[in-house]
Amino acid sequence: MDFSALSPIALIVSLMVAATPILIAAIGELVVEKSGVLNLGVEGMMIIGAICGFIVAVETGSPWLGFLAAMAGGAAISFIFAVLTQYMLTNQVATGLALTLFGLGFAALLGHSYAGIKPPKFGTLDIPFISDIPVIGPLIFSHDYMIYISLAIVAGVWYFLTRTRGGLVLRAAGENHDAAHALGYKVIRIRIMAILFGGAMAGLGGAYLSLVRVPQWTEGMTAGAGWIALAIVVFASWKPWRIILGAYLFGGITVLQLNLQAAGANIPVAYLSMTPYLVTIIVLVIMSADKKRASLNAPACLGRIFHASS
Amino acid sequence: MFKLERRPSPSNAMVILTPVLAVVLTMIAGGILFAILGKNPFEAIRIIFWDPLFNETVASYTRPQLLVKAAPLITIALGLSFGYRANIWNIGAEGQFIMGAVAGGAVGLAFYPAESVLIFPLMVLAGAAGGFFWAMIPAFLKIKFNANEILVSLMLVYVAINFLGAMVTGPLRSPVGMNFPVSRNFNEYPSAYNGELITNTGLHLGVLVTLAAVIVAYILLKHHIFGFQVRTAGQSPRAAKFSGVNPNITVAICLGISGGLAGMAGLFEVTGPAGKLSTNFPLGYGFTAIIVAFLGRLNPIGILFAGLLMALTYIGGELAQFQLSVPAASIQVFQGMLLFFMLAVDILVNFRIRLAQKEVA
Repeated sequence: MDFSALSPIALIVSLMVAATPILIAAIGELVVEKSGVLNLGVEGMMIIGAICGFIVAVETGSPWLGFLAAMAGGAAISFIFAVLTQYMLTNQVATGLALTLFGLGFAALLGHSYAGIKPPKFGTLDIPFISDIPVIGPLIFSHDYMIYISLAIVAGVWYFLTRTRGGLVLRAAGENHDAAHALGYKVIRIRIMAILFGGAMAGLGGAYLSLVRVPQWTEGMTAGAGWIALAIVVFASWKPWRIILGAYLFGGITVLQLNLQAAGANIPVAYLSMTPYLVTIIVLVIMSADKKRASLNAPACLGRIFHASS
Repeated sequence: MFKLERRPSPSNAMVILTPVLAVVLTMIAGGILFAILGKNPFEAIRIIFWDPLFNETVASYTRPQLLVKAAPLITIALGLSFGYRANIWNIGAEGQFIMGAVAGGAVGLAFYPAESVLIFPLMVLAGAAGGFFWAMIPAFLKIKFNANEILVSLMLVYVAINFLGAMVTGPLRSPVGMNFPVSRNFNEYPSAYNGELITNTGLHLGVLVTLAAVIVAYILLKHHIFGFQVRTAGQSPRAAKFSGVNPNITVAICLGISGGLAGMAGLFEVTGPAGKLSTNFPLGYGFTAIIVAFLGRLNPIGILFAGLLMALTYIGGELAQFQLSVPAASIQVFQGMLLFFMLAVDILVNFRIRLAQKEVA
């Protein structure tokens, strides 16, 4: 086994690429859960975003339009979830599952003639001289644009949730929907907007997979990324900055096991491929073990159905 | 605008009517989907729902498939329905199904080429145990560490898929399989083969077990204290606690039942219809069974019918794929829509839809 091929800088850069789809999807889901809604359809919304973004990017030649289309696609499919859970009062767990099953099928249907195509290349930051500085250049100044955007989104969500009135209202709906309703806030409208934002972010994360990370379209390419994003929200204790930590930790493990596979480690590939999922379970266990802390951080109305007249 | 008005008590008529309504709505939406794909919607619906059963030329092949496909779906869905009633969400049945097939299959292959009538029962037990213990992981982590069973059970599906991959490329790889990642073929090993009991009916031992499971589940749910405990645990966890239901035990039993049943279904599948362990073995039955459980309204008899219907869409979907060249994924979309509609119309059980009167300001 040859460890010398593993350059730490290349590892860090590729872990950021591996983490970004999950990072974006998780920050969207965090906002949804903060508003008191548990949307388990992240996987479905991500894959819809992956194919919508892919199709539009291939057809127009512009990855930027692809990302926009992915957000629109993710938001559109999350709207089904929003209508069902907010107006038809369906069980959020079951509806989220339905969204995932439907999304996986629908994406495969949309994409069946797009397999094996290369999408247009997405640009990377390239500042003359600065991007060429050793170590700092590749680590900070030469990623693709979406990595910077993803970090900006986290900052934006943090600012919105903790520093603005809108964020306060959204959190109120998540902590106690009856009280928020009594104060005159439109709980359902707030939650629908949160769900749409979550859908758009999941879609964007999915498109990052199909346009930058892989970059290709294959059926079922999200391979559990949406579920891992859900786990990362728990890992982050519903705090925006910790999403970055969780996503990058996960990205690191993914990249490490991929590199071990490539370096020909003396372990069957299948066991290495398990590790990201096993680590997710371990992390979940550690974060949930302290019942008091876990219940303190989770929005109190998470997953509960709100109906004004009852 | 419309307004929702809570019914004084859930409507019994709607309990029966809503699944039918959901199927009809899905046929309409599915028809629109096929029309968009440029196919004749009426022909497509006929091919999916009618031809597998009554078309002269294909029915002799497709009719037996109905039992073959429905049996695992029903068995898994029955197990899931207990947990879903109690708000315990095992969505990793696919993983338990795989682990059952691997564990049971491994036991059978360990005895190769010995012949004995005891081997197959032992394999069934091992299959159930494989699924059971795989489901006990999320149960244990939930009870001991409060870890979310939805995410843990789902993550374990991916672990199980990789584990299956490791087994068929390693210890369980067939020595006569020319290095392909497949196990020995079970139909070449009579003691471990789950063949058709009556030729050309699709009836294998697993189907009989499924029917028995439907009956046992019905009795458990309606006439046994366990059914009562599960129902109260779901509807009012606090009330359940006061009536002496230990929530941890409910978690363990619900996950255990669903894991054991899924594992057993996996064993019957791998030794019969699938024939061997391979990386192509997982077909998504564990996920489709979630739809079956809801379509059957978490009721054993309902699940029986829902499983048959869902099996029909699988078979009809394959026919449509073959005859109309619609993409394979369209049937998955169809099944997803069915679940959406089922969840949506469920509101009619507890609510009435009224035209809202203009309110006086």
